[in-house]
Amino acid sequence: MSFINYASREINCKIVYYGPGLCGKTTNLQYVYQKTAADAKGKMISLATETERTLFFDFLPLALGEIRGFKTRFHLYTVPGQVFYDASRKLILKGVDGVVFVADSQEERMDANIESVENLRINLIEQGYDLDKIPYVIQYNKRDLPNVVSVEELRRELNPTNVPDFEACATTGEGVFETLKAIAKLILFDLKKGK
Amino acid sequence: MSNPQLIMYDEEFKQINAALEKLLREANAKVIFLVDKNGQLITGCGETERFDTTSLASLTAGNIAATGGLAKLIGEKEFSILFHEGEKDNLHISIVAGRVILVVLFDTRSSLGLVRLRVKKASEELTAIFNRLLQKNEEKEKSGDSEFPFAEITDDDIDNLFS
Repeated sequence: MSFINYASREINCKIVYYGPGLCGKTTNLQYVYQKTAADAKGKMISLATETERTLFFDFLPLALGEIRGFKTRFHLYTVPGQVFYDASRKLILKGVDGVVFVADSQEERMDANIESVENLRINLIEQGYDLDKIPYVIQYNKRDLPNVVSVEELRRELNPTNVPDFEACATTGEGVFETLKAIAKLILFDLKKGK
Repeated sequence: MSNPQLIMYDEEFKQINAALEKLLREANAKVIFLVDKNGQLITGCGETERFDTTSLASLTAGNIAATGGLAKLIGEKEFSILFHEGEKDNLHISIVAGRVILVVLFDTRSSLGLVRLRVKKASEELTAIFNRLLQKNEEKEKSGDSEFPFAEITDDDIDNLFS
């Protein structure tokens, strides 16, 4: 959960990027890192294997500015997408304030997307969260590739509850900030409700 | 929710900082950090400017989470103390009040035995402060007196963050 410090006037929130292996979670964070002013970001940490597959998590702290005199910080995390890293994924969801599901739009990854959403739901329940109640947005990534499934179909399969969703191409940055902004907004409005 | 939101107030923040300063002196440590189990830095004292505190907080929490996972696999509740020995500097990491992580960085001017002893004493003090804080959080939530700064937040406020 978010951490509010009245003494130093700060609010910290945790956003987790979830999705199947190679869907572009790390690429999302790398793009945000590249495009953020130096004074607004911390170091990006990637705990990855030698072949650059995420092993535990990527971490990117962002200090975007002030709202009503409070410094607002977002800590962005990715999970390792590969199926066998499930134990690590559960750990990273601890204390999450909002989730971005990054779907791989390619036809052959459809099953992996569906499996990953189900895995997300189950792992959240284990941590005491309900996917239908927490801030949640979906990103349909890799829209630039030739073999993509239509957005309508992705929506039907992955977004039955009609949460905000975005088309993206994380390598060029299209849709990356739109997604981040949407989840940040949901989290802050959720905080506003004083939950 | 499994872990209620942590809200820090001035009074407890000062008490926590005082307890850490005392521990820093008594344990002859270089730096001390207090980190939320979710990876957010609560406060620190000593030579903090020499370190990337945000990264340190996130990795410490990841470390605690990973060893906690290991503990469960072998039937333990958690490993409440971790110790990392380096060539010059060492890290003593412990869980306080079940939800915050105390990180003590020390070198040859101190020793593991001394740090363990002082950390144990300081932990009791910190646990008492955090219990008071959590109680205060609960009471404020119940009475609806949250004095929450974001109550009047607007779309524009959020848009401005990204402009």
